[in-house]
Amino acid sequence: MNYNQPLELTGLVSNLHEFFRDNLSPFWATLVEGALVLLALLTLYAVIALALIYIERKITAFFQSRLGPNRLGKYGVIQSIADMIKILIKEIIHIKEVDKFLFYAAPFFVIVSSMLTFGAIPFGQGLQAVDFNIGIVYVLATSSIGIIGVLLAGWSSNNKYSMLGAMRSGAQFISYELSAGFALMTVVVLSGTMQLSEIVESQRYAWNIFNGHILALIAFIIYLISGHAETNRGPFDLPEAEGELTAGYHTEYSGLQFGFFYLAEYLNMFIIASIATTVFLGGWMPIQIKGWDAFNQIMWYIPSYVWFFGKAGFLVFLSLWVRWTFPRMRIDLLLNLEWKYLLPINLINIIVMVVMVLMGWTLSDWFPALFGN
Amino acid sequence: MDNTSLFVVVLLTGLALVILGLTAAILLSPKSINFQKGETYECGLPTRGTSWMQFRVGYYLYAILFLMFDVETIFLFPWATVVRQLGTSGFISVLIFVVILGLGLAYAWRKGVLKWT
Repeated sequence: MNYNQPLELTGLVSNLHEFFRDNLSPFWATLVEGALVLLALLTLYAVIALALIYIERKITAFFQSRLGPNRLGKYGVIQSIADMIKILIKEIIHIKEVDKFLFYAAPFFVIVSSMLTFGAIPFGQGLQAVDFNIGIVYVLATSSIGIIGVLLAGWSSNNKYSMLGAMRSGAQFISYELSAGFALMTVVVLSGTMQLSEIVESQRYAWNIFNGHILALIAFIIYLISGHAETNRGPFDLPEAEGELTAGYHTEYSGLQFGFFYLAEYLNMFIIASIATTVFLGGWMPIQIKGWDAFNQIMWYIPSYVWFFGKAGFLVFLSLWVRWTFPRMRIDLLLNLEWKYLLPINLINIIVMVVMVLMGWTLSDWFPALFGN
Repeated sequence: MDNTSLFVVVLLTGLALVILGLTAAILLSPKSINFQKGETYECGLPTRGTSWMQFRVGYYLYAILFLMFDVETIFLFPWATVVRQLGTSGFISVLIFVVILGLGLAYAWRKGVLKWT
């Protein structure tokens, strides 16, 4: 079923592609397209980071009955731009005792890892840079490169606080990486593909969280919990516990080098929300009901990227809500939660999910007229 | 463009962000020389010794357990995509695989690897 989509960017993308193909030699066409993709990703990355920092500060302020930034611009909207300029003109202090090479290499790992994952997110119909057929594994693999950067940063700083922070962060990240992987695998079982664009396409009439009802809901919640833990946020921010570790693994970083860790942290929060959106909540797919053509047409008038950012924004809000509601956990409780609760639940969950898929107990098997593709 | 070249583009984007940012920061930022600025951060006192020392073994045990389960994840993903085609026989063979790993986790749990003292 094809609907009318006035505000989609797919037309623009294919028009640009054809324009370059007609007017330039293949080599230059590829080069220009690559440059455009690079610029688009860079802009989107920076804009999302700045917007998230502002939104986070504002929402945090409201949770704590404060006003938050309200001096620069109306409601303080250009506060984060000012912050960016400030961090750009701060001196980068060179510490004597550090392992020089690794100290300066660490921000590269953190940023490149989040950028690689960022490139695989389908922001809207046709708005996806990298679309491998092993999308889920690609996302898991690239997002876990970041922890190498964190460990390098902590170790090379030659500072006790950094070292402790990095070790905690490493233990926490690798533990929760397992849960995230298994939760995503549950969805792979359900939708039968690992390509992110196909996963979105398969959720046209029934989002995975509804299609797999109880089990998918369990996987979704587990994914959100492990996502919060992986990004060192929420009640799991003990690698950066200020009271005991000053600033954790980035204690020795100053100026923009610290800014990169900060940037990557915010982007990772958004990336977790977007992966959860793509995999569980239908990605950029508008709400559609089989057979209701008029309703579906109205839903398609809202562009797909608005749907995507709406859903992802809701999950980001949820993560902030959790962050300012629960107290920080202790390291042993944190690791217990993963190894003694989430991991066994996850293993059983995936087995039961396979049984459900093989027996045909999903929503689209029960009501093919309503939810089948 | 195909996926592989797009992947290279995204990789370059990440590198470009860090390199451009650092270049701008180095050009824009002030520089001053102060002997004490290069000291390792510590609460008031000069720090003693290096931080590259023996570390708690608990973290490494978790790392070993992680390795076991992460490799399992990689084995299970291809199976998860074709679970409908493989049917019951595939399910049973993977069930045995998962149960053995579950036993591994249970053994580690029983031996007190997961206890943080």
